[in-house]
Amino acid sequence: MAFIPHTPEDVAEMLAAIGVTSVEQLFEEIPAALRAGTPTSVPEALNEMEVGRLMLERASVDGLPLSFLGAGAYEHHIPAAVWAIATRGEFYSAYTPYQAEASQGTLQTIYEFQTMIANLTGMAVANASLYDGASAFAEALLMAARIHRKSSSLRVLVPRAVHPYYRDAARAITRQQGFELEEIAYESASGRTALAALAAHEGHDIAAIAIQQPNFFGVLEDADAVSEWARSRGIPVVALVNPTALALLKPPGAWRGGADVVVGEGQPLGVPLCSGGPYFGFMATRLEHVRQMPGRIVGRTLDLAGQPGFTLTLQAREQHIRRGRATSNICTNQGLMVTAATVYLSLMGARGLERVATACHARTRELIAALTRIDGVRAAFTGPCFHECVLQLDRPVGPVLARLAERDILAGVDLTPHYPELGSAFLACATETKTSADIRALAFALRDALQTQHAA
Amino acid sequence: MSKIPADLKYAQTHEWVRTLPDGVVEIGITDHAQQALGDLVFVEAPEPGRRVGAHEPFAVVESVKAASDIYSPVAGEVVAANAELASAPERINQEPYGAGWIARIRPDDPASLADLLAPADYGKLLEAEGD
Repeated sequence: MAFIPHTPEDVAEMLAAIGVTSVEQLFEEIPAALRAGTPTSVPEALNEMEVGRLMLERASVDGLPLSFLGAGAYEHHIPAAVWAIATRGEFYSAYTPYQAEASQGTLQTIYEFQTMIANLTGMAVANASLYDGASAFAEALLMAARIHRKSSSLRVLVPRAVHPYYRDAARAITRQQGFELEEIAYESASGRTALAALAAHEGHDIAAIAIQQPNFFGVLEDADAVSEWARSRGIPVVALVNPTALALLKPPGAWRGGADVVVGEGQPLGVPLCSGGPYFGFMATRLEHVRQMPGRIVGRTLDLAGQPGFTLTLQAREQHIRRGRATSNICTNQGLMVTAATVYLSLMGARGLERVATACHARTRELIAALTRIDGVRAAFTGPCFHECVLQLDRPVGPVLARLAERDILAGVDLTPHYPELGSAFLACATETKTSADIRALAFALRDALQTQHAA
Repeated sequence: MSKIPADLKYAQTHEWVRTLPDGVVEIGITDHAQQALGDLVFVEAPEPGRRVGAHEPFAVVESVKAASDIYSPVAGEVVAANAELASAPERINQEPYGAGWIARIRPDDPASLADLLAPADYGKLLEAEGD
């Protein structure tokens, strides 16, 4: 069976109908300088056996290190049932089928996912997911500016303590629409976003404000105070949250000033690290803002016979209807990842997720205690944290981390390129997957690496 | 056949314009437009105080079939929006020329209203479109 449905005759006929002579002619408006030309470095095709071997070799390069990396992607235990169910033929497909008449199972799964995200975030309504946390964050800023109809400003306040890659992605996506991201400093002692820094923006026309909870440093923000500051000035609040942490923390919907749009990276909910993706973003909002929310939304309704059923709803926001004036033209649903997350959350339940979050927090406290006992290691911030923390060394971080990597231990993410003001700092994370023995092994290796480097 | 009141002016994009005694113009969509859209489920009216240009989208109406931009027939400042439409978008279907008004705009240049279609010309436009 041919997978390219049109024959050369079909192509010729279609070209003739629109009055061009070649397919190439359709691309003429793209300037030559912008065209990639013929790829030159693409290797010869491989057969299945060769590809299998190549993948195995590549995977073995990663190895199975003891990892304390977090910074946006988190290693959690994934019950075997999650992917056994998510990869069943009924769910597993290259494209999410949305036809209500043929896909009630898929639609119900998405509906239940939306319900779980709405519960977790304390918001009224959630969408079917977005590409990943960073693009969801960018979409949330755009959405918040649309909600803020009294403001003509495109200035958005984004704390420096928001994930640097998320700020980069948001800048890249919103720049063409004229958005300006203005940084809010953090307190050098606590690691929290400085409420005092908000005063500089008093009286200015601000489109939206973002707050990450916990922030990139793992530190808990005073989300009540930030959201209240914004609410009393009519500025929409974008909450960027970790879904595991929400099992313990006050949901953004219950923040003193409330949140208007809540987004985050869904990977911690049953999606493996997988070298960086695919992951998924989630997004929730208040009911009054639902028409400004991008992405697909599944609704529950009644069919002609009065039976409950599920179908896509509020589609007039979307690009297949509103075209260029849609809420977004760069979003989709990550159906398979969402299926895994829905199964994960169902298996965990509210109490299970809370136990995971509690274990993460306990392990991280254990990690901080074990590492800060070492000479030359100190915690950078005093603010309480969830499952990550910034540690500072008395010498350059890079060589020390490299030394640990040689021993198959990934101790953390070097923050020097992103936060030079923190000096020799790295971000370490411990989830429920780390045992006390793992933490002792890290502490032992770090002490050893620091002593060896002293000697050198 | 849709209704085309004789005391209003019309835009090619199916909006109607009523000049109020104080020179402000009231704007809505025509009977023909509401019929073509079908049952309206949502209206996004403009924020008072907003400035709009002529032929610029300034409101959105959403029906069970589609979402459509509503274009301002004149340049000016929005002085009022019909708040009732937020909870009762069906007013537009029921009374497109009355309770279903969308916004009131103070035109920058009252003379620009002369560019709009007279009822008879709007009727011809609909005939040409096959209404």
